[in-house]
Amino acid sequence: MEFFHKVTRIRFMEKRKAWYAVSAVLILGSILAVAVRGLNFGIDFTGGVVIEAGYSGPADLNATRAALVGVGLGAAQVQSFGTASDVLVRLPPAEGKEAMSLSDRAIEAIKSVDAGAEIRRTEAIGPQVGRELAEKGATAILMTLLFIGLYVVMRFQWKFSVGAILAALHDPFVVVGFFAVTQMTFDLSVLSAILAVIGYSLNDTVVVFDRVRERLLSMRKAPPIEVMNTAINETLSRTLMTSGTTSIVVLALLLFGGEALRGFATALVIGILVGTYSSIYVAGAAALDLGLSQRDLMPPEKKEEADALP
Amino acid sequence: MHQYPLWKSATVLAVLLISIILALPNVFGETAALQMSRKDRAAFTSASIGEFEQLLGREGIAYEDAYVDADGRMWIRFDDVEKQLQARDAIQKAYEGEFAVATTFASRAPRWLTRMGLKPMSLGLDLRGGIYLVYEVDVEGAVAQLTQVLERDLRKVMRDARIPYDEVAVNGPRVQISVKDPAQVADAKAAISKFDPELSVQDGALPGQVVALLTPEQIRQRQDFAIQQNITALNNRVNALGVAEPVIQRQGLNRIAVQLPGIQDAAEVVRVLGKVATLEFRLVDTINSPVEAQRTGRAPLGTRLYKDREGNPVLLKRDVIATGEQLIDAKSNLAQGEPAVDVVLDGRGGEEMLRTTRENLGKPMAVVFIEKERELVDRDGKKVVVDRASEDVISVATIRGVFSNRFQITGLTAAEGQELAKMLRAGALAAPLYIVEQRLIGPSLGRDNIQRGFNALVIGMLITFGFMVLYYKSFGIVADVVLVANVVLITALLSLFGAALTLPGIAGIVLTVGMAVDANILIYERIREELRNGNSPWAAIQGGFEHALSAIIDANVTTLIAAVMLFAFGTGPIRGFAVVLFLGILTSLFTALMGSRALIQLIYGRRRRIERLAI
Repeated sequence: MEFFHKVTRIRFMEKRKAWYAVSAVLILGSILAVAVRGLNFGIDFTGGVVIEAGYSGPADLNATRAALVGVGLGAAQVQSFGTASDVLVRLPPAEGKEAMSLSDRAIEAIKSVDAGAEIRRTEAIGPQVGRELAEKGATAILMTLLFIGLYVVMRFQWKFSVGAILAALHDPFVVVGFFAVTQMTFDLSVLSAILAVIGYSLNDTVVVFDRVRERLLSMRKAPPIEVMNTAINETLSRTLMTSGTTSIVVLALLLFGGEALRGFATALVIGILVGTYSSIYVAGAAALDLGLSQRDLMPPEKKEEADALP
Repeated sequence: MHQYPLWKSATVLAVLLISIILALPNVFGETAALQMSRKDRAAFTSASIGEFEQLLGREGIAYEDAYVDADGRMWIRFDDVEKQLQARDAIQKAYEGEFAVATTFASRAPRWLTRMGLKPMSLGLDLRGGIYLVYEVDVEGAVAQLTQVLERDLRKVMRDARIPYDEVAVNGPRVQISVKDPAQVADAKAAISKFDPELSVQDGALPGQVVALLTPEQIRQRQDFAIQQNITALNNRVNALGVAEPVIQRQGLNRIAVQLPGIQDAAEVVRVLGKVATLEFRLVDTINSPVEAQRTGRAPLGTRLYKDREGNPVLLKRDVIATGEQLIDAKSNLAQGEPAVDVVLDGRGGEEMLRTTRENLGKPMAVVFIEKERELVDRDGKKVVVDRASEDVISVATIRGVFSNRFQITGLTAAEGQELAKMLRAGALAAPLYIVEQRLIGPSLGRDNIQRGFNALVIGMLITFGFMVLYYKSFGIVADVVLVANVVLITALLSLFGAALTLPGIAGIVLTVGMAVDANILIYERIREELRNGNSPWAAIQGGFEHALSAIIDANVTTLIAAVMLFAFGTGPIRGFAVVLFLGILTSLFTALMGSRALIQLIYGRRRRIERLAI
């Protein structure tokens, strides 16, 4: 089986202006969503308490809420989680020693609703730790972009690098935007998924660029847009195959991995889809519009050409 | 020409075989077990196995296996948790206080594997269930404590040097001394430097003012001391909880992370770990008999009855010479080739020690380790804070000379010296400790997490396998074999390094599987291209591997960078993801570039001519 028995001749780059608009809308939409709705940060970043409890029967959310108010935890959010008998209780952070005793009180309240309730998980994180994790996370993203950028600069010509880094920036924006729109919890695992997405997106871009570089050298006379189209078409079946198989496993994670991996897997699914698109329409197109041409590659080649001229 | 070098194929085969053996223990799974260690830290012998077997036989508790591990701990494995708990109660009843018994999990792997030192991957807390705590140590408070001690000591230095002063006061990290007669500033500085040559001594802003400053090195030492002291104390208390394989680690500058697999009672853990430790130096009563006192239950006038760590009675005088609050430092050391513990007290403790040793030369002195536990007790409906203390004599040594604030305890083995120094440090004035992060994962959630992670992995892999075979025919099968090898390799490496597998770690394996296919896809697409360009099958294979290489390397390096950053900035389970991603990239490079090439050689290598490739 093959997707394309012959190399396709899709004229990707001709429509790049339209795709720029799509990307611009995606990015602006993401920024707007984050600005307006904000991210629903998990307690990893805000501090606070999360308790996951399994009731012996269907969970009575209202009774749970009332019980929590009864122990002075009126600020608690109660929601069902996974199945009908599972509840998730979230408490906002408290400073100092309070933070840790909160969970004991909340557990007491849950047990008063259903003595047989099983406490499946509790997490209590001080606000200070949350702030630090958020800082570390942001640093991690910046450092990843920086080092990957450096690597691409080292291995490729700068016009490629700009394109690759634009694409790598593009993808996390869209993922973050998605989390802002859906208000899914943005926690540490989503952040690590975003880092993996940056890695994946670059991976995809680099494969296309590798081919562009090769074709620039072999198709000396062709206009750059032609070279870019050829390279993208030649790598198209690989691009689809790889993002296909990766999407499959990531979808398996999303569907079968359970509640704990939901955010993580969602970020990966979106990141992989967007990453595939961006390596063609952001990275490739940007490099082209930066004036990428045969002349940008390797001075020794140019010399040879100059010598060959009469 | 068409040969793939034999040594390369051999390498692939060897790596694969070793990996299979390393990964093998994971196949057998884990089951409930008890782990016992003797309180006196001696090793169990194979003779004690028989003893336990008899005991369990009498109680009618079936067990799977009983053995002593390389560290001399006894393990007994059961097929369910119920029998494990029955056995624990029986053993605790029969051998009260002799062993520390911890409930845990043990690998079901056959003994010949265990004996080779092969272990399955350890499971992270999110998969096994347990408690994760992060304590923050108030290191600034610890430094402030030190400056306060310095203030008291410097008052004494001034008095001893007969330099009249208006004031000795703590000001941030420094101690300011206002000398009455500005002409004596130089004398004051000399006296301070003599007292502690490491201190930085400067002129103050006003005439007649001297400033003594802790050096950055001293501050750093104090901070490290505060952390180490708390780590030691936490270690001792965790042992009391009966947790197998606890992990207690320093995290950053001022945090300590504690992982307690399998434990569920958070309140109990927090209570036990939150104990406060101190020390008392006391003289030993050499006139009355401690055994007699223990028998009658009454200590003679002016004495108190204690026990040492083996439970033997010791009679000590009531007067306390110095306490843990006055202990500045304790280090184990080799003095003239003999193990010793160097102890440093503050000025006040030193003074009292000087007086005591002068009068009691040749008599024994003891160190008592005290641990207090604050407990809220319901008394007639009112909550009352009750301090409970446990007191152990941890050292008895003869006073061999007159000394003050610096002295040595000798006559120990090297191991005993280290242990004593640790306990002394743990009992020194403690830097305050508080919890900043607490996570508890129930055992059922852990099991669910494993199950779900494993399901996702298997389903994802099966679909990918089908897809690859459909798309690349024979070469797809090669890719699938290589993919399985890749998972075996990751498992082997994780087992070898003892890295804990977490839920994000499983997700990392799943993701790696998806991405590992990529290298194969790149190669096969290249081979197809070479074929389309009219190359012969062998040339196409050769060219496919060669030309795909640069794309494969570049693409993987970028993901590798992301994995390294994740590891550098991530914590806990996220690090598990980073480790798996990192290892997965390396193994997938190896399997795709060398493994699949060797396999293709195996399939096509023996044919003289290949008409067409099934790709």
